Amino acid sequence: MSEQVDLGRRKLLTAATAATGAIGAGLAVSPFLASWKPSARAKALGAPVEIDISKLEAGAMIKVEWRGKPVWVVRRTPEMLGGLSQHDALLLDPGSDGSKQPAFAKNAARAVKPEYFVVLGVCTHLGCSPMSKFTVGEVEAGWPGGFYCPCHGSKFDLAGRVFKGVPAPSNLEVPPYAFVGEGKIIVGTEGAQAA
Amino acid sequence: MASTESHNASKPQGGLNGWINARFPLDKMLREHITEYYAPKNFNFWYYFGSLALFVLILQLVTGIFLTMNYKPSATEAFGAVEYIMRDVEWGWLIRYLHSTGASAFFIVIYLHMFRALLYGSYKAPRELLWLLGMAIYLALMAEAFMGYLLPWGNMSFWGAQVIVSLFGTIPVIGDGLVEWIRGDYYISDITLNRFFALHVVALPLVLVFLVAAHVLALHEVGSNNPDGVEIKKTKGADGKPLDGIPFHPYYTVKDLFGLGVFLTIFCGIVFFKPDGWGMFLEAPNFEPANPMQTPPHIAPVWYFTPFYAILRAVPSFLGTQIWGVIAMFGAIVLLALLPWLDRSPVKSMRYRGWVPKLALAVFAVTFVMLGYLGLKPATGIFPLLARVFTVLYFAYFLLMPWWSRMGATKPVPERVTYDAH
Amino acid sequence: MHIKKTWLVAVAAGLMTTMTHGALASSEGPHLASAGNDIFSQASLQRGARNFVGYCLGCHSAKYVRWNRVAADLGIPEADLKSIQFTGQRPFDTMVSGMPPEAAKRWFGNAPPDMSLLARARGTDYIYSYLMSFYADDSRPHGVNNLVLPGTAMPHVLAGLQGLQQPVYATHTGEDGKPQSVVEKLEAGDAGQLAPEQYASFVRDTVNFIEYIGEPVQAKRRTLGVWVVLFLLVFTAFAYLLKQEYWKDVK
Ligand code: HEC
Ligand code: HEM
Repeated sequence: MSEQVDLGRRKLLTAATAATGAIGAGLAVSPFLASWKPSARAKALGAPVEIDISKLEAGAMIKVEWRGKPVWVVRRTPEMLGGLSQHDALLLDPGSDGSKQPAFAKNAARAVKPEYFVVLGVCTHLGCSPMSKFTVGEVEAGWPGGFYCPCHGSKFDLAGRVFKGVPAPSNLEVPPYAFVGEGKIIVGTEGAQAA
Repeated sequence: MASTESHNASKPQGGLNGWINARFPLDKMLREHITEYYAPKNFNFWYYFGSLALFVLILQLVTGIFLTMNYKPSATEAFGAVEYIMRDVEWGWLIRYLHSTGASAFFIVIYLHMFRALLYGSYKAPRELLWLLGMAIYLALMAEAFMGYLLPWGNMSFWGAQVIVSLFGTIPVIGDGLVEWIRGDYYISDITLNRFFALHVVALPLVLVFLVAAHVLALHEVGSNNPDGVEIKKTKGADGKPLDGIPFHPYYTVKDLFGLGVFLTIFCGIVFFKPDGWGMFLEAPNFEPANPMQTPPHIAPVWYFTPFYAILRAVPSFLGTQIWGVIAMFGAIVLLALLPWLDRSPVKSMRYRGWVPKLALAVFAVTFVMLGYLGLKPATGIFPLLARVFTVLYFAYFLLMPWWSRMGATKPVPERVTYDAH
Repeated sequence: MHIKKTWLVAVAAGLMTTMTHGALASSEGPHLASAGNDIFSQASLQRGARNFVGYCLGCHSAKYVRWNRVAADLGIPEADLKSIQFTGQRPFDTMVSGMPPEAAKRWFGNAPPDMSLLARARGTDYIYSYLMSFYADDSRPHGVNNLVLPGTAMPHVLAGLQGLQQPVYATHTGEDGKPQSVVEKLEAGDAGQLAPEQYASFVRDTVNFIEYIGEPVQAKRRTLGVWVVLFLLVFTAFAYLLKQEYWKDVK
């Protein structure tokens, strides 16, 4: 037999081809995975929505759909706001440290303007939409007014903060929003520029 | 975890491999079809296209599945859905172009693959069934492409389907009823689109995958032919392995990998720089939505169907029916399937045949390309005459084959394949 | 030696096709001028976008094209979009004309086609030539006719810029042996706001934009394609060397 097989060269070339092939395969796969991201149309449909709050009466709530989820706006009365500080000991996360909200809403009222409470109406347990139970004592004795989830009994106060001993692990999420002009809120962005 | 009760005494295996192999013939299959499948060592250029066809099939399946995720099979939404894929879905344009270019690439690869069989007599005994399975794949592929072409619901999609489906209307007595049954309506409508979609994305891909598996199994049963047309199984070494054979892996895996590289370079060149294939892969009229009120000025099927379309148009109607063109068109395909029995030459490969068969094949190749060209052109001027001449040549090739295939002296076929190592 | 013969067949087939193509190629339809636009020129695309919005969008929609996509691709700040959009339109809306298609059809006799894909359906040269070939013709409802699309329903909306070209008629004998009057060429009529070269480049920019909206990704596609092909060449080179290495075994 003539030449010797150069095993070193063979290994090197196998490695080089395999590595290039693997990189190529990886690059080829990524567009397919990326195609699952929200499309331009989904983004357009999920764009910020404007909510007219000029006709919202004190103590009342309106629901608006944003990205397929209910957004609630509650115009809290001074009594409602006053009640918020009365039950911190019963709450799981009174300071909202383990909950989702824009930085401006990480306070006791969980809002920019305490009077207007904007929150996603989606239970942090398994995604049901809680019911509004604003009347004191409506759900049980000592009920301070808030939201009650019919699916698994999670309870939240009037700032969307979750009570201890229920399945939901954190406070209701506050979406990014901003006040624009007179009596208008835009949900989906913290800046007013995209009005 | 060694299995003590393993019956595979020769190679008791441990670990996951052993566990699997005691329950599923994984190693056995790998050995039979890859590492110990012996292929002739003298494969040339023409032998790249089988593995490439397999690659393109997988490419079509994957891109097709991803298109389906955003496509809507409805007459009001389909055209917009394709534009949605092209513009709004991230990388949707790439997925769509891979699929639409892939369809044409599939036919290029398949035609070269089939031409190889004509060159080296690969359809001759013992490979008749292998050839027939290949023809079945070809038919299924044509059906797949035809139905797929309706999906973007462009004006060419609509009128192409209109014309081809109407062909069935030429069949006496049942024709009209048959056409209505295929369309499910009185014209190519939403209903037609919906059923073509079902066939295109589910039924025909299943059939194709099944046929391809059968095709490969049949190949590995009889073994590959080669450019010399020599049966390598006739000359075996002491170890029972063909002397002129080499294991598919690693020799042909690395070679096919190189072939894939060349193919992908050209293919991606088209996808990224000429995705409409110079107006042949994506046709200009198809960028307008289907319009039942207006036929595009030049209506021709996509290029891969045009040889048969040219034959269809070349045959005049007589006895008050147009069925003859339709018969000729389908006959042209059936004749291909009959090759193993039409070819009476004692030799397989063109290398050892006389000048008559060589000339005949050359004329046939030119005929096929010319028919394809004429099918794209309007039937005016000199074109119809040319189409008739080439149609006659096409049929002459097959119908006279039992005679010409035995003409001229053959050269002696060697015992062993010819191969010079470099 | 053997391989050469099979190649011969392939080459012969190819050659014959090309030859016949050359010999038989027939020219149909009106002669079209080359648009000569450059899809990579952002400046031209920006001007084209302005022209399109100002002069065409009133009648023609581009219903698959999103405003913010155009802004992002052409480097127009999204804040500037507002000044060219119709009131009430949001950045992510598509470029829909204010004119309802049914009303347009009643008004003009033919609905103005959607522009999203017109460049892909007709070609840029066609649109360019169309916009260059309006001429005065009193027999038409809008007082103009067009060489590229005789009897067109579109008014010459750019007449103010181009001026109105006047036809020069010549008499030919038609196929039926009767004399026919055909437009031989167009001459400049009353001057418009733009000089002829200025008008041509106005139209070229507009056509450039129309080609861009036909496939917004095309510039990116071609840029990316260079890298893809280069990468594949590297892969193919490695695969080739690997194949040569293994095939040393085969004697
Ligand atoms: C006043 C309304 C109006 C405006 C403004 C307008 N068009 Fe049109 N356009 C039409 C109508 C109506 C048609 C249909 C013509 C036909 O089918 O005969 C048309 C057709 C066309 C066609 C297609 C011709 C064909 O072959 O079908 C092109 C190209 C075109 N317009 C380009 C433009 C461009 C570019 C602009 C902007 C510079 C523009 N149009 C502005 C009304 C308009
Ligand atoms: C097996 C070979 C296949 C061939 C030859 C083929 C061919 C085609 C063709 C010619 C078109 C029209 C192309 C266009 O104008 O864009 C098309 C469209 C389409 N195909 Fe396939 N196809 C194949 C497999 C598949 C598979 C397996 C799927 C799904 C599982 C699929 C899903 C689609 C869809 C959704 C469309 C419409 C979108 C579009 O037109 O871009 N295809 N196909």
